Amino acid sequence: MKPTDTTSPNYYHKVVDCQWACPAHTPVPEYIRLIAAGRYTDAYMINWKSNVFPGILGRVCDRPCEPACRRGRVEKEPVAICRLKRVAADYKTDIVDRLPAIPAEKNGKRVALIGAGPASLTVARDLAPLGYELVVIDKETAGGGMMRTQIPSFRLPESVLDEEISYILNMGVEARFGVTVESMKTLVDDTSFDAIFVGTGAPRGRDLNIPGRHEADRHINIGIEWLESVSFGHTESIEERVVVLGGGNTAMDCCRTARRLGGKDVKVVVRSPFADMKASPWEKEDAIREDIPIIDNHVPKEFIHDNGKLTAILFEKVEAHYDEKGRRSLIPTGEPLVKIDCDRVLIAVGQENAFPWVEKDIGIDFDEYNMPIVDTTTFQSTLPKVFFGGDAAFGPKNIITAVAHGHEAALSIDLFCQAQDVNQRPAQNIHLSSQKMGIHDWSYDSQISEDLRFAVPHVEKQKALENASLEVELGFDEQLAFQEAQRCLNCDVQTVFSEPKCIECDACVDICPTDCINFFHLDEDKALRTQLRVPAKDDTQDVLLSDTLPTGKVMAKDEDVCLHCGLCAERCPTGAWDMQKFVIDLPVAGERG
Amino acid sequence: MTYVIKPRAYHPNLPKNELGLTRRDYEGAVSTLCAGCGHDSISAGIIQACFELNLPAHRIAKLSGIGCSSKTPTYFLGKSHGFNSVHGRMPSVLTGANMANRDLVYIGVSGDGDSASIGLGQFAHIMRRGVNMTYIVENNGVYGLTKGQFSATADTGSKSKKGVENFDASIDLAAMAIQLGASFVARSFSGDKEQLVPLLKAAIKHQGAAFIDILSPCVTFNNHKGSTKSYDYIREHNATVVKADFIPHKEEITTRYDAGSVQEVTLHDGSYIRLKKLDDNFDTSNRAAALQYIQEHQEKGEIVTGLLHLNPESTDLHQNLSTCDKPLNELHEEELCPGEEVLALINKSMR
Repeated sequence: MKPTDTTSPNYYHKVVDCQWACPAHTPVPEYIRLIAAGRYTDAYMINWKSNVFPGILGRVCDRPCEPACRRGRVEKEPVAICRLKRVAADYKTDIVDRLPAIPAEKNGKRVALIGAGPASLTVARDLAPLGYELVVIDKETAGGGMMRTQIPSFRLPESVLDEEISYILNMGVEARFGVTVESMKTLVDDTSFDAIFVGTGAPRGRDLNIPGRHEADRHINIGIEWLESVSFGHTESIEERVVVLGGGNTAMDCCRTARRLGGKDVKVVVRSPFADMKASPWEKEDAIREDIPIIDNHVPKEFIHDNGKLTAILFEKVEAHYDEKGRRSLIPTGEPLVKIDCDRVLIAVGQENAFPWVEKDIGIDFDEYNMPIVDTTTFQSTLPKVFFGGDAAFGPKNIITAVAHGHEAALSIDLFCQAQDVNQRPAQNIHLSSQKMGIHDWSYDSQISEDLRFAVPHVEKQKALENASLEVELGFDEQLAFQEAQRCLNCDVQTVFSEPKCIECDACVDICPTDCINFFHLDEDKALRTQLRVPAKDDTQDVLLSDTLPTGKVMAKDEDVCLHCGLCAERCPTGAWDMQKFVIDLPVAGERG
Repeated sequence: MTYVIKPRAYHPNLPKNELGLTRRDYEGAVSTLCAGCGHDSISAGIIQACFELNLPAHRIAKLSGIGCSSKTPTYFLGKSHGFNSVHGRMPSVLTGANMANRDLVYIGVSGDGDSASIGLGQFAHIMRRGVNMTYIVENNGVYGLTKGQFSATADTGSKSKKGVENFDASIDLAAMAIQLGASFVARSFSGDKEQLVPLLKAAIKHQGAAFIDILSPCVTFNNHKGSTKSYDYIREHNATVVKADFIPHKEEITTRYDAGSVQEVTLHDGSYIRLKKLDDNFDTSNRAAALQYIQEHQEKGEIVTGLLHLNPESTDLHQNLSTCDKPLNELHEEELCPGEEVLALINKSMR
């Protein structure tokens, strides 16, 4: 077996589970340390650089980082990474003077950005400092895309949206709001645009064509359309009895918004079992807290109406069965249909892409599902000057994914506009620096906090339900933020092993609180993972394998539940273990491969 | 010295023993010894042995004297009884404790200074009395707490960190223990837990005086070239003679060994110690031969490790004194003072 190659940029990056899981690879432990140090503005800028919308994402991110958090594997709950991000946004000072300078003299290249959502805005943010002229076009009267139209303001206040969007629009970006793009061909033919970026999201809410749908249409809405009309003030009230169909985050936003607009008896009814619902666990919790029952395993069969006046919905009860591959099928239980009375239905059963405005004969190829064919690395379409990103590229995901797409697309657009090969991506560079300050002194707080996850305080329920724009979550105060930040295990401070210095004294093995470190005679015929004192069962987590040591043994460290407490390095008499901070430079627009 | 508190979090798949405890439950405070000290590995070995033997920590007493080694009981078995005695006087305190309560498991931890210098007399007498205990000497050949002078176990000709040669003859505590009548005598190395942990388990289970001389490099004062107690020197000169392991009686033999090389010694409770001989000519029950063997190898510059002597028919101090089965500290007034009538009978028998 070969020793681990730790010079590959991915090895240590994967150890920082949160950063690795974040589509934009935000250096989470780094900004959490800054929050603990009270350096909120610095923490904000680290976020701003990588995820563009810290205040927004600190409230509504899908948080792929949290299920990945190592803390969740050694204790019950991950660090509240998302809400710490919000702390940075809440307590920062004015950041305007820290924003990149925008050259007065432009570089002569002009890019059209269709849709003013997170993907397009990220492209604009990355390209504006390079001197590009940018034109953002959106059918709404304000920027933000789905962040504005689909996320209710009790979760994401308008002021936060406005602030973070304005940082980008103020970079000299031309905003053409209230303008619907009717024809891609016109834009493509417009030679004043050197490149076009499509960030139009997945704008069409899926419908539910079951009996009664057409007849009762006046009492049935598509969830995202209804949320949008609430967001722009066109809808201000709702009937008392509301059923929301669907189990995703849009369904949760619909039911909670309905409670605020006058819905007294609001229910969510979902086909799948509760545990399989697409909605994030915390969003389900928030809905339940607002007295909204979630009825699972019910498939809608018919809208019952009285001459077009909706009165109820009929549901068939099902049970989920899983085959050996984990594929689910919903099998009817055979019980009588269940009738749920209601006056209004909101359908939130998914979203789809729609490109009726993209002509089929201009060189942009679409696949069998009517999705554009887009390169997964460069985000370029089959028409070289057109790039896609966000939900528009590969279907509905989330904001942070759209941001990650935006960064990569901006890099490609810059390469394309400068007549470079878009496939020549600049390399990722890694840096490791020792954190040793003295014999027992590290530049990071190596003591492991034993606190459990702190809950974010909420406003009183009654108050929240009375005011549709009142933000429910109050955010951490500075004391709670500090305590929560201290729960971070500093996974970016890596345990770096150096074979020549090791005297095989076992001090690291003896001290390691989580039995990660092993010295043994490797049996080449057996899997490495099974030879550890505690076998490494999680294949997604790497095992660091050393070269053969003087006694013929090897050192193997299971990265899985390493606490990064630094005790191995502290108890090492020769410095064979060192705690080194890992920093990865991800390429940004303007760099060359 | 490490200041941070060792995190309580442990590996979610860490094995549990029959008591439902993990190895971590047998730990003590974080060591304040120098980083890399062999003593810490011995502490880890004791932790592992007690975990594997399913011993309840509160039924163990750990006793020590003075010195780096004698500090270590703080760093293992945090939930056991402990007594940090006067320099070189651990044996008499242990003997007293053992007399008072024969039901506890006794682990005496000492060093080469504590046992081979100031406490040599105490060492000799506890061995010859056959006190039921595991006596561990964490032997590094130097006085670490006073900055590295040679101790009485330093080999003749070995060099100090500053290059000064030792001219005095060295004391071999294992050889002495054999001579003094200890019924279980072994030597091991802190850097070889595969050998050490099974030996510790066997010693703890042995009924009688068990002694283990554990070579334990002092990384600060005795881990240089010229030292005969450094990690490198011990690894290069180690000659293992017999590997010993404790086997609980319910366990089946799963591995086949060459005939003659494996011997099983049954203990009083039906469990046994399995001996794997690496030298077929060696007989663990023969004290004189063992002494000769150690001597011969020492002259060749080799350090004999493993089980050196085992007397399965040994008796311990309580048996020799015919004390009652019930621990003395649990005897009440009615048992200790049976009344006038019994006294009259005793007096009558004397007349």
